[in-house]
Amino acid sequence: MTAGPGWSETVVELADVKLHLARAGSGRPLLVLHHDIGSPDQLAFYDELASRFEVLVPHHPGYGKSERPEWLRSVRDVAVIYQWLLSHLGVERASLIGLGFGGWIAAEMATMAPREFHRLVLVGAMGLKPPQGDIFDQAIVSYLDYARAGLHNQEAFAKIYGDVTTDQLVEWDLCREMCFRIAWKPYMYSQTLPRLLGGVRAPALVVWGDDDKIVPRSAGEHYAKLLPQARLEIVRGCGHCVEMEQPGELATLVSGFIDEN
Amino acid sequence: MFVMYFTEQPMSTYPANIGLEVGHTALMFSNKHFDPVAGSRLYNEYLEHYIYAEEQGVEGFMLNEHHNAPFCMQAKCNIFASILAAVTKKAKIVLLGNPLPLAENPVRLAEELAMIDMISKGRLVPGIVRGGGQESLAAGVNPAYNRERFQEAHDLIVAAWTRQGPFRWEGTHYQHRVVNPWAVPLQKPYPRIWVPGVLSQETIIWAAKQRYPYIALNTSIEATKKIWELYDKVALETGYEAGPENRGYLQQVHVSDSEEKAEKNARQFLWMQGEFTGLAHPVWSNPSGYFSPALRRNFVEFAVGRAESPRGRPTFEQQVADGRVFFGTPKTVIPKLRHVLEETRPSIYGLWGNDGSVSNEDARTCIRLLGQEVMPAMREIGKELGLTDPFEADAPVHLRYSTDLKQMPQAAE
Repeated sequence: MTAGPGWSETVVELADVKLHLARAGSGRPLLVLHHDIGSPDQLAFYDELASRFEVLVPHHPGYGKSERPEWLRSVRDVAVIYQWLLSHLGVERASLIGLGFGGWIAAEMATMAPREFHRLVLVGAMGLKPPQGDIFDQAIVSYLDYARAGLHNQEAFAKIYGDVTTDQLVEWDLCREMCFRIAWKPYMYSQTLPRLLGGVRAPALVVWGDDDKIVPRSAGEHYAKLLPQARLEIVRGCGHCVEMEQPGELATLVSGFIDEN
Repeated sequence: MFVMYFTEQPMSTYPANIGLEVGHTALMFSNKHFDPVAGSRLYNEYLEHYIYAEEQGVEGFMLNEHHNAPFCMQAKCNIFASILAAVTKKAKIVLLGNPLPLAENPVRLAEELAMIDMISKGRLVPGIVRGGGQESLAAGVNPAYNRERFQEAHDLIVAAWTRQGPFRWEGTHYQHRVVNPWAVPLQKPYPRIWVPGVLSQETIIWAAKQRYPYIALNTSIEATKKIWELYDKVALETGYEAGPENRGYLQQVHVSDSEEKAEKNARQFLWMQGEFTGLAHPVWSNPSGYFSPALRRNFVEFAVGRAESPRGRPTFEQQVADGRVFFGTPKTVIPKLRHVLEETRPSIYGLWGNDGSVSNEDARTCIRLLGQEVMPAMREIGKELGLTDPFEADAPVHLRYSTDLKQMPQAAE
């Protein structure tokens, strides 16, 4: 499986990592950071964004088609690699679109370089200890049960994954192993990030599915409070993977926000 | 031939029906089902068993530990080892073992083991394990670095035992400003380390490179032979010839004064529905990063319920037919044990005598018959077959103490 028409795929080498990168479109640059279970090669959400913007979708180091760097041991390391990627590609004033676990990486990036980014979009983002509830721990459940828990409507699961192949299960296991390697404890959040979000200068849009079973909505409310210029949008009839369940609605929200003056 | 007595120390009074209803009897099986009154009785019964075993001629106790599960009550093998060090006189205390990756401070482990070695007057065999996947989850220790931590903790413990302190340790998982434990082991250069295992080839290879005896846990004769093939090959590549002194085996064997009673009690070996460590979700037993990458493809299918367990779920009859469970009177069991000894030639043999809800009286009968009849017969067979154990052979404690290497050691660091 590869990315769809209009997409190019390359491998970028930096920090002893071979990073898989899919690109499409033109316009304002968006760096889209995927979930902890990797990303399907094609998503309607990616295509909709690419019709208006220059979209970059890397596979995180150790996930999907990007090989695992044995040395990499923290989510902040991933954030630094992506800063490096953007400067390597000469991309200026990118906007960050972080999906779930990718939202944590995006938030870390925004705190590292407060003035670098045009907009920050966090969708069901991990990274903060939810004030109420806990982040759903994949270590306790099977790969299928975890992926399914990301969706409110299981028809969306069938549409995206079909009959789940052994290759897909293997990929989920590799993704899970990488999550453990970099985010085992505390699980999927940083204890210091809440203290650092106040420095972010990019306006932020925080989006949450109203039935997110992976990251409690209280974490979204917390992000919206801690980021200086942020608003929270709730998507109805939707789980954690908003880009899979409500791609049109999310793309509209994101596009409007990127183009706001 | 060195023969030792083993039991998982089962928490036999837990409500098995509830375990079957919720579908698991480990990790997440609520400890509201633990009964400390029964626990107190059982811990003391098990201690009495070891003391009784020594009186009946048993020359070694094998101890282990597990967490969050009724199949094994021993949460810290060093605790029973400490008690037995003080209250027994001659039997060796074999730990198989301390789960090293779970240790946040291996230097403390080195101190505890040194104390037990001194209190027991040099009877300790401080074996080491990676710990099961569920142990990682129960302890909150990263399964993806389990092997790294196992090896580094081992290196640090051996350094703490053999290098004069103080020294500094700057490792990947462990950093210590001052390593200088006051207590060091009585046995020199250090107490013998044995390594048990069942599945991963990596552990067999690692043990062979260290020249540590590997203890195959309840594997079939054919699987055991494959383990020795691999061990022997790695030993040759490392520069020595492996023999019986490198080989250990753990066998489920219940003896009684009648065949009928023996069979009834032997069925208790399957009291956890045939699962060694209780019913558990596959991803608890094998969290991502814990198992061999070579097993990944088969495992993921099993983990989502689309394939059978790679270990299988053999019935009692099948396990008896495979020679993994023996039962009978000493007279009928000894020839079966002779067959295993002839076929696989180990010099270290653990007899896992009692499990599940075998009564205290029947457990003691089993121990008496093992100590008085089965073990002496095995030692005779061992002599006849030339199964010299590491103590008799005065085998090097580690590769680096070898005097017979055919080439430079590659893995002694």
